Amino acid sequence: MRFLKFNFKNYALRHLQVMLFSLGQLWRQPLASSMTVFVIGIALAMPAGLYVLLQNLNQVSNQWDDASQISLFMQQDFADQHAKQFTDTLRTWPEIAVVKYQSANKSLEEFRQLSGLGDLLNTLPTNPLPAIVMISPSKNSLRPDAVGSLLARLDNLPEVEQAQLDMEWLQRLRSISKTGQRGISILAILLSLSVLLVIGNTIRLAILNRQAEIKVTKLVGGTNAFVRRPFLYTGFWYGTLGGIVAWITLLFTLSLLSGPLNELSLLYNSQFSLQWLASQMFIVLPLSGMTLGVLGAWLAVGRHLSAIEPR
Amino acid sequence: MIQFTDVYKRYQNQHEALSGLSFNIDKGEMAFLTGHSGAGKSTLLKLIALIERSSHGQVLINNQNLSRLPQRKIPYYRRQIGLVFQDHYLLHDRTVFDNVALPLVIAGENHREIGRRVRASLDKVGLLGKERNLPIALSGGEQQRVGIARAVVNRPPILLADEPTGNLDPELSRGIMQLFEQFNQVGVTVFIATHDHELIKTLPYRQIILQQGRLAQQETV
Repeated sequence: MRFLKFNFKNYALRHLQVMLFSLGQLWRQPLASSMTVFVIGIALAMPAGLYVLLQNLNQVSNQWDDASQISLFMQQDFADQHAKQFTDTLRTWPEIAVVKYQSANKSLEEFRQLSGLGDLLNTLPTNPLPAIVMISPSKNSLRPDAVGSLLARLDNLPEVEQAQLDMEWLQRLRSISKTGQRGISILAILLSLSVLLVIGNTIRLAILNRQAEIKVTKLVGGTNAFVRRPFLYTGFWYGTLGGIVAWITLLFTLSLLSGPLNELSLLYNSQFSLQWLASQMFIVLPLSGMTLGVLGAWLAVGRHLSAIEPR
Repeated sequence: MIQFTDVYKRYQNQHEALSGLSFNIDKGEMAFLTGHSGAGKSTLLKLIALIERSSHGQVLINNQNLSRLPQRKIPYYRRQIGLVFQDHYLLHDRTVFDNVALPLVIAGENHREIGRRVRASLDKVGLLGKERNLPIALSGGEQQRVGIARAVVNRPPILLADEPTGNLDPELSRGIMQLFEQFNQVGVTVFIATHDHELIKTLPYRQIILQQGRLAQQETV
């Protein structure tokens, strides 16, 4: 048991040595290494940045969800004395949270104040405005399809002339954001593929550069695993460092964007402030970089190492 | 220790490098392999080092039948054989110490043991003071000694050399041969391919002479 433990320690130590050795090799070629690292960093930062922006957009549209309202424009002959009964019925619907009634006269009054067309309105023989019932759907019925079916049901009530959802543009935003999500996923896959190719190609060149070393190692009894190890760690470092560069790039870009974005949200009277997702990204980016790095190195090494045998 | 029985090696282009070769080298023996270039010396050494496999016949090294050795076991098999090459095959971006240490690093020795054995090995070839140098800073003879130190550092039972004195002047060559003799005296089986007739005729070891892939004669001096 002690023997086993000792061996494991030795094994871990060797891995650590190879790990640092690979890092040292990158360090000794600062220009070439940093170029590769930056390419990987930018490739990772792009989908990550778009993802952060999209998450923010979703957060904003979720805020607006609560504000989504249905306005019922009542028939012209709808009398105020029926209002209480009508709204009470509506309040029993489970899909409806809040019901507010505004009589035709009240509507006219409001319109008079807001429009400044008071004198003109006085010349009208009758009040052209209908009574309005404003409805906020309950929390469970905020999904677009639920709101849609509620809207249809309300529209079919005989007392209602027209039911209108003011938030159609929100649905459009949603579907735009869904398209965006799909697009970002595709972009992320393509860019991950390009990271794989970049790392694979870099490792391929490294293997060609160290052909002599590989041959000698094999001649003195190096296993394929031993030969492979430094290249896998090279991929590991490229990916991880690329991920960190991506994170820094992301923070830098978002800090440039956050000023104008906050101004914009002030203009819309919104509580919105840019969420960086900095801590999540600090884990996700280096981790995905590392995975891609090791995978790319593995693919390249698998293809090219077997071709280098001592002759 | 090294036993060839009716060994053939045919290449894709139908060229037959070895045909029906049989010979035997005992444990603890030192022997030379000679013959004109193209006679099959390199091919023979490659078969022993399992860089290539025989087309037919049996190669038995240290009681292992090489044709039955699976590919994945080749690295472990090679650790029993010290290889010395004409061109040294040193790694020029690493110090003498790191070059000699390579087989031990591969075998997973701990680093105190590596330090001890590398210094012992360099001491034997007379290069103890140069462990921090890069190979390029050494003379041709010294580079070959580094190559030998690397070949013996993990104490293999067999030492195989391919034209180890090919690039050296007679005096340096004699020094290298004396080194091989020293290892032989402590029990290592030594097999050296060379065409340096002037040198080996002064030495009292068996010669295995190849001619067009066949055994021409065996001479015991």
